[in-house]
Order: sequence, then C-alpha cells, then structure tokens
Amino acid sequence: MSQRTRQILTSGVLLAWALFLWWAERNLDAYYVRVLNTAAIYVVAAVSYTLINGIAGQFSLGPNGFMALGGYVVALLILPLAQKEMGWILEPLAWPFNTFSLPPHLFPLAVLAGGIVAVAGGFVVGFPSLRLRGDYLAIATFGFGEIIFVLANNLIGLTNGAMGIKGIPNYATLWWTWGWAIFTIWVVRNLAQSSFGRAMKAIREDEVAAAAMGINVFRLKLLALVVSAFFGGVAGGLLAALISTVSPTIFTFTMTFNLLVIIVLGGLGSTTGAAVTAVLFTVLQELLRIVETPIRIGPLQLPGVSGMRMVIFSVLLVALMLFYRRGLFGRSEFSWEWVLGKFRQRGMASASDQSGNLEA
Amino acid sequence: MQATSREILKLERVTMNFGGLTAVSDFSLDLFPGELVGLIGPNGAGKTTVFNLITGQYTPTRGRIYFEGRDITGWPPHLVTAAGIARTFQNIRLFGGLSVLENVLVAYHVRLRATFWEAMFQLPRYNREERRMRQEGMELLRRVGLERLAEAEAGSLPYGQQRQLEIARALATGPRLLLLDEPAAGMNPEETRRLMDFIQHIRREFNLTILLIEHDMQLVMGICERIRVLDYGVSIAEGPPEAIQKDPRVIAAYLGEAEEEDVVG
Repeated sequence: MSQRTRQILTSGVLLAWALFLWWAERNLDAYYVRVLNTAAIYVVAAVSYTLINGIAGQFSLGPNGFMALGGYVVALLILPLAQKEMGWILEPLAWPFNTFSLPPHLFPLAVLAGGIVAVAGGFVVGFPSLRLRGDYLAIATFGFGEIIFVLANNLIGLTNGAMGIKGIPNYATLWWTWGWAIFTIWVVRNLAQSSFGRAMKAIREDEVAAAAMGINVFRLKLLALVVSAFFGGVAGGLLAALISTVSPTIFTFTMTFNLLVIIVLGGLGSTTGAAVTAVLFTVLQELLRIVETPIRIGPLQLPGVSGMRMVIFSVLLVALMLFYRRGLFGRSEFSWEWVLGKFRQRGMASASDQSGNLEA
Repeated sequence: MQATSREILKLERVTMNFGGLTAVSDFSLDLFPGELVGLIGPNGAGKTTVFNLITGQYTPTRGRIYFEGRDITGWPPHLVTAAGIARTFQNIRLFGGLSVLENVLVAYHVRLRATFWEAMFQLPRYNREERRMRQEGMELLRRVGLERLAEAEAGSLPYGQQRQLEIARALATGPRLLLLDEPAAGMNPEETRRLMDFIQHIRREFNLTILLIEHDMQLVMGICERIRVLDYGVSIAEGPPEAIQKDPRVIAAYLGEAEEEDVVG
C-alpha cells in the first residue's frame, strides 16, 4: 500500500471523527460530551505514559505527579480574578498569579505552560534516577507523586491546600481535548517509530548492548521521560479545565494505577493500543457505575459499594496477565495494512466457501 | 612505514580490582592495524574483563588504554563505540524483540544528524536520513548474507545466525577495531569452520583489526596470527599459534598445578 493511500484513509477517518465531534457538540447532552472529553484526556495521558513504560521499558509511576503539575499550572493561569480573590481564605494567592487571568483564547498557551512545568518535573526526577539501572525510576517517580501531593496540600499560597481550586472556567471543549489527543498520538507514534524510538526499544531489550551500539542510554531514557511528562502535564491541564476544579485528591496514585491498567491492557509498547484502550476504559468506567449503586435482583438487595469498579478492573488486569499477556495490540501499532488484511482474509474465506459450495 | 605499524590499540599496565579480587593485573597489549589476535586462557582468567575494560564497561583501577593514539581510559561505552571500537558478547545480546534490520539500524543512531524534533514531526531531513539508513542497513545485511531475514524477529533466528547478526550489528557502528567474545561458543565443528571463513571475510571486506576471545582451539589456531594467553589475570605468554601450542607455561595453565610443578621442576 502506498504512503498516499494510507494518508487518504487516515485523513478520511479524521474527517469523519471531526464531523462526529461537531455533531456531538450540538446534539449530545452534557454527560456524554463529558465522557468524550474524559476519554480524550485519558488518551493523551496513556499514550504518553506508554512511551516511557512500554517503548523505553523504564518503569515510571510518575504520571499522576506530572498531571498534577499541569493541572495546577493551568488552574492558576486561567482562573478568573474574582475567583482568585474569593477562593483563598487561609492565605492570599501568591504573586504574580493574583494579578492576571488568561482569556479563553489563550487557553492553549496555559496548557502548553502546564506541559512545560511538567517537563521541568521530569528533569528533576529523571536526572538522578535514570543514571542507575533497575527499579530506581519507579521508586523515584512514585516518591515524586507523593511529594507533589504533600506540596499541593501545604503550599497554600499557590494551591489553596486541601480545599483545592474551584471555579476554573471550562475551556476544555471537544475540539481542544481531541485535538490534543490526536496530536499526542501522532507525535508519540512518530517518535516511537523513528530512530530515537528504535534506540529506546533497544534500551528496553538490552541496556548493555544498546550502549555498546553507541546509544547514549541516559540521554534517551531522559528524553522518553521528559516527552512523557510533557503530555502528562497537558492531560492534567485539560482535566483541570474540564472538571473545573483541582485538589490534591484528584491526582493521587489511583490515577497512575488507572493509566497503568490502560497501557498494559492495550499492550505495553503500542501507542495506538494505549489510545484505543484509553477510550474503552473511560466508557467501561462509566458503564460500571451500576455496580457502585444499590441493585435489586428479585428479592436480593445488593448494596452499592464505592470503589467496586477498581476491584473489577484489577480482576480484569490479573485475568489478562494470566491468559493474554501481550494485551490488546501487543507491541504492534495500528496499521491500515493490518485492517485491510483482515478484510481480505474474510473476503477470501467467504470466496472459498462459495467455491466449496459450487464444488459440492 | 611508521604510520602503518603504529598500534591501533594500546593497553598500558592495566589492572582491575573488584574489592579484594584482582581480575586483571598489570596487563599490557599492543594491537597493530589489520592484525587478528587471539586472547585465550582458562575460565575465569580475566579475558572478558579485558574486553569490558577496553569498551568502557569498567574503568581500570590502574593503567591507561589508548585507541588510535587517544587516551580512552574511563570513557563510557557509547563514546568508545563512537570512537571506533565494536564488540560482541559471550552470551548473545541481541535486541530480541526487534527485527534483524532494526537491530542493525540501532547502530546508525549515533550518526543521525536530524534532531528529535525533526523525527517527532517527520520533517524532510529526518525522513531522508531514515531512508538512507534503511538502504545502508539492507546493504550491510547483503554483505554479510542476512538480507533475506531482514524483517524476521531477531530473537527467533537460529543460534548460528544470531551470532552472525550480532557481528553484523557491531559492524554497523563502523568500527576499525572489532572485539569478538567467544564467537564460536556452542557451535559444532562445521559451524565453527563457516564462522572462521566469515571472520576472515569481514576482516578483509571491512578492513578490520580483530581481537578475539576463544576457547575453541581449532578456531584460534586456524585464524589468529598472534595469540596472547591470560591466566589468573596475568599475561603468561604471547606468540604465533605454533609456539603457543608448545609453550610449557600455557600447557601448565590449561592442565593444572601438577604439570606446572613438573615444568618448574
């Protein structure tokens, strides 16, 4: 298949998706729009997370920390001045954030700033821990998330402590969230399939051999972490605008756990796999709300247990690890060749069925 | 004359201690361009440690290492590779999940001039370089006879071909000095013979200096021009294969204490 055909097919799908979003914005009620938005944000977070965990093979537990950074930065930049005056009760909001508020059309700039601050966080956590081989990154990133949690609770002049920041204007429209989602998939996939991605995969397969091939292992690991952190920050920023509030409890380790489930289910190392499972996960999470509400089955009254959804996801994860370890996509990427190959196989199968019938 | 005979690699009284254990002691070695030298010795003699010292896996406790006149002591592995030294490993270390071609392409990454921004946004300069790298990779695979397997997963290749690919991958870094760590390990005599031809072939074709560690005497005696023998981290003999085969110290090192006493006595 030529590059051109692939481009046409992809553009076609993107156009169809844009039409759907245009329709959804006008016809779907707020709840469904919100699910769509959340799905897009999970796509951004999961696809970038798989770059460091799946492609470079470095076990990071950091996305909740990076998302928190992005979330708080966006909140501080776009919160209206009136809110900034009213919201901080214990301590006034620190300069310079108490002097300005970015207008809606500068929202992308705020999100970008969130990503850049997360990049700085990526450097801080990656620089010492990535020089070492092994599980140090996992420990350091986990600690990083906890540090952010503590800071968010205690830097009251910036974060308003445990009360969090409320009344963030919801600038996260479907266009912004899905625009970022598609941009993230495109960029991360390009990177993963480039020479840089190959070097990262080489590190995943064998660090010593990668260094013997001339790869600067430390630099490439740091690159993977920092790019991943950037989009983590973006996802956090979009989330803050979408749910119009940030507080320390939004970006706890549960967030990282959710993303871990997504990228493992999607197939560690597949960016498109992560994107597809991110959407499935969001939808499933909404559908499973049922199990957390009281259910009556005939005479049986089941009480709703909050947190039951996580139990189901955990069981799902264990089952997957036992029976289908490679996840949905394995390490492969979505490709048109594969899709058309499936159709062709089906076509051929039915064709041979018919010829079989004729012979009979 | 002076220029051609100048050593490509020079180890000057290199010592490596691990805690109380001296793995390599006062080891000196001169390699001249185009030579094929064997490094032999009983298990645990410190041969692989010598390789790890040359390639920067370890930094020597004492002593200096020069490559083409430059002091490379303590350089990290990726810089040593970039300087022109490539190696293979005793226990094959391919990128098992990547294809044969990708294994080779990884080695070209250091030469990439496009930045990661250009790769991320698929800008023309990067795409041009990627195409060129793939062409070169295929060309290299053709030269070593692996081109038909380019798309196969490296980890799924039969043993002999994995060895061959590991050497091809090392060649892709564009080395002038190649270090082969037990290339014939686990091979039958027939495979070993083919490997000997292969080593001779790439040595001419790529204009290489080769230092190899080997246990297989058929291979060492068959292709090495000069052999160095290590025992307990100490260099005990050096010379052409015929002389080494008869050297009493070497025989003692391989056959053990009793013989050594006889020899000394």
